[in-house]
Amino acid sequence: MSKRVVITGMGVASPNAVGLRDFNHALKNMNSGIRFFPELERLNFSCQIAGKPEIPEDLLTEYFTPLQLRGLNSSGIVYGVIAGIDAWKDAGLSIIDGNNPDWDSGIIFGTGILGVDKFREAIHLIDAGKTRRLGSSSVIQTMASGISAYLGGMLGCGNQVTTNSSACTTGTEALLMGFERIKAGKASRMLVGSCSDHGPYIWGGFDAMRILPANFNKEPEHVPGPMSAKASGFVPGSGAGALILEELDSAIARGARIYAEILGGEINSGGQRENGSMTAANNEAVVRCITKAIENSGIHSTDIDAINGHLTATSRDSVEILNWTIALNRKDSNFPYINSLKGLTGHCLSASGSIECVASVLQIWNNYIFGSLNCEEIHPEILELVDEDKIPRNLLEEKINILAKASFGFGDVNAVAIFKRYTA
Amino acid sequence: MNEKEILSRLKKIVEPYTQRPEGLRDFNVNTDFINDLQINSANLVDVVLDVEDEFNIEIDNDSMEGMLTVGDAKTIIENKLV
Repeated sequence: MSKRVVITGMGVASPNAVGLRDFNHALKNMNSGIRFFPELERLNFSCQIAGKPEIPEDLLTEYFTPLQLRGLNSSGIVYGVIAGIDAWKDAGLSIIDGNNPDWDSGIIFGTGILGVDKFREAIHLIDAGKTRRLGSSSVIQTMASGISAYLGGMLGCGNQVTTNSSACTTGTEALLMGFERIKAGKASRMLVGSCSDHGPYIWGGFDAMRILPANFNKEPEHVPGPMSAKASGFVPGSGAGALILEELDSAIARGARIYAEILGGEINSGGQRENGSMTAANNEAVVRCITKAIENSGIHSTDIDAINGHLTATSRDSVEILNWTIALNRKDSNFPYINSLKGLTGHCLSASGSIECVASVLQIWNNYIFGSLNCEEIHPEILELVDEDKIPRNLLEEKINILAKASFGFGDVNAVAIFKRYTA
Repeated sequence: MNEKEILSRLKKIVEPYTQRPEGLRDFNVNTDFINDLQINSANLVDVVLDVEDEFNIEIDNDSMEGMLTVGDAKTIIENKLV
């Protein structure tokens, strides 16, 4: 009998809430974390609104030692550590104090780029001929694997500890990689997740590509959300999400609370062929990713109650919906409920997949589908495919049995995970 | 600057890096940064930078390599301050 993998803990640092309980509350109340940033105005950004988790100074001391806080200037590490440690504790796991690592627990915690603000400090010092003034923390805060390394040391994990990177697919990919490692019997528990730094050096490149909304700097609360007829680009975000995946027997033996089960999933790429490119998804690859995820999970497309889409608030949203209708062979009133978190948080880039996986599991656990914000008028191309009531714009109290979560990323890479309400 | 003052400033600098706090109780010229205070060897470069800032001196790489104890640090500082 193949091993079953369940989710026993979660943590999150999202632009609209930090901490699992507040995040759940923010989803149900549809609280937005999208704000105006004077710094972006000063730097002549076209898009001066963004999503950034608010972390009070005193909260940091709960997660970092005074020594770790000295010269800490890597926002991705801050978010990733908060989410990762929270998930670990939420799962009822203790932090190892002694000398022996926990050989059965590993970490796959991804990022797109890490510690850009720290790297900027280093660049200024190096260019001034003061390389020796960098100190010891420049490398550990800017290496991509810095986030898994920080968490690995704090938690004492002795299994695989690594960082993956696949643009906006990163978080969902990390989840599926951890899932596969447990399935293969190589680990009992995997802390999976992803983080993304915030700030102009992360967001600038996207601003330059003219794919961010430029006309809502004065009214961030009204920026059109995903699936909206007026969607004009994604709002850049940041943060981190984390989940503890655990082999079912291990979870039961510990008496752990089980939020949901991961049935399976699929990761693929469109090879940047056909209509795929560095920045656009090959539609055939997306459809294959969804159908293979369903097949790998041993379910039928009709079993899916809800979808948490990638849906960023660009013209690609209707193409994504079209791909779902083809892959599921369901449309109009037969289509599952679908929503997107990005209207509430912005697009948290490499952190988006993991934050959205946390949001997806919370919906199963707490019996609701959160509403998609700022999408009063749905895009006409989407309405041709899906009935309007399948796109909740307000909180919907609804018991979800099976949810499909998709993430797509630059480089033409895709990931789809299938979550199910846990039943023994 | 007398020896007592240098030692007291040094003690303040190494405190956040010290993983064995009891080593600070008897802080003297023979105190070894790694063995007695269990300062992570990677953090020794940070101690050197903090010493540079505190005493407004520059410590070259050769001097740094010989800086294993509080006494070594004191001698280097005294030589630079002359």
